[in-house]
Amino acid sequence: MKNQSPNKMQKEQNKSWAQVFLKSTKTVIGVLPIIAGVLLLFGLFRVFVPTHLIKQVFTGNPIKDTLIGGIMGSLFAGNAVNSYIIGGELLRSGVTLYAVTAFLITWVTIGVIQFPAEAAILGKSFAIKRNVLSFVLAFLVAIATVVTLNMLG
Amino acid sequence: MTMKKEAWKSDVQAKQKKSTKGRIYFLLAVVMVYMFLAFFEPQKTLRAFIVFGKILLQVIPVLIFVIVLMAVLDYFLKPQKIKKYLGEESGIKGWIIAIAFGIISHGSVYAWFPLLKELKDQGMREGLVAAFIYNRAIKIPFIPLMIYYFGFKFFVVVTLYMIVASVIEGLLIERI
Repeated sequence: MKNQSPNKMQKEQNKSWAQVFLKSTKTVIGVLPIIAGVLLLFGLFRVFVPTHLIKQVFTGNPIKDTLIGGIMGSLFAGNAVNSYIIGGELLRSGVTLYAVTAFLITWVTIGVIQFPAEAAILGKSFAIKRNVLSFVLAFLVAIATVVTLNMLG
Repeated sequence: MTMKKEAWKSDVQAKQKKSTKGRIYFLLAVVMVYMFLAFFEPQKTLRAFIVFGKILLQVIPVLIFVIVLMAVLDYFLKPQKIKKYLGEESGIKGWIIAIAFGIISHGSVYAWFPLLKELKDQGMREGLVAAFIYNRAIKIPFIPLMIYYFGFKFFVVVTLYMIVASVIEGLLIERI
């Protein structure tokens, strides 16, 4: 094996750090148009959609709200960071925590859009079982989370 | 095998290019909606833009922290290392490793499918594959953002329940 001088090794180590920082910066910059777009939409949502309308859809019924949130998260896909921002802003707009929690979980664990790729690579049976079970579990986790938080106060 | 990997790599790159374009189109479409609404409701549209600006200012510092955390993880974690630790006879250790790597893995899930397939073909339990994918919902670099929006208590409770759910899902997948 070729020997490297400590200076050269240090240089390579520094270069690697620079590369990973550049890569992570690029990743975040890459999702910025989506984040900006989503936040712009939330600006409109906050001003144009009256609170009473949101409360008509999300009534506070744990089962109904969790189901709606879970379905919404399953239909959308993308980086988890977007689900946190959308979920957080929905919560601020008056959507219940049941719906938002189910939304956050299904956003990443269920992929209607990514299903064809998952089925083709990991197998159709595996993909179906995984997505169905993920939805059921997201429903249970969302309810358990909110109930636990209420109990903790 | 190498040719297959190369084809997959170029496919992933093509998808990434397409998604970058899609993101910009999405932003442009939203800007156009704003311009359209500004004609009819200039006051409300301006208020919406101010709301946007306020939220953006709150989110930017968190995103900077996200960049740093992503870089640190990227520096220490390589997919090849994961392959090394997720063997056939991994037992409870396998579950712990699948959950941990699911949480610390980052990037598009598409990029992880070929590796998961390879591991599955080599005998990795289906349950571990499912647990890995399930735990991708918890992302270490984005924890500050989750805490910012939902609080520390929410983060701890939802993370614990999700880890338990991932094991239940993994065990059920192997039995159905």
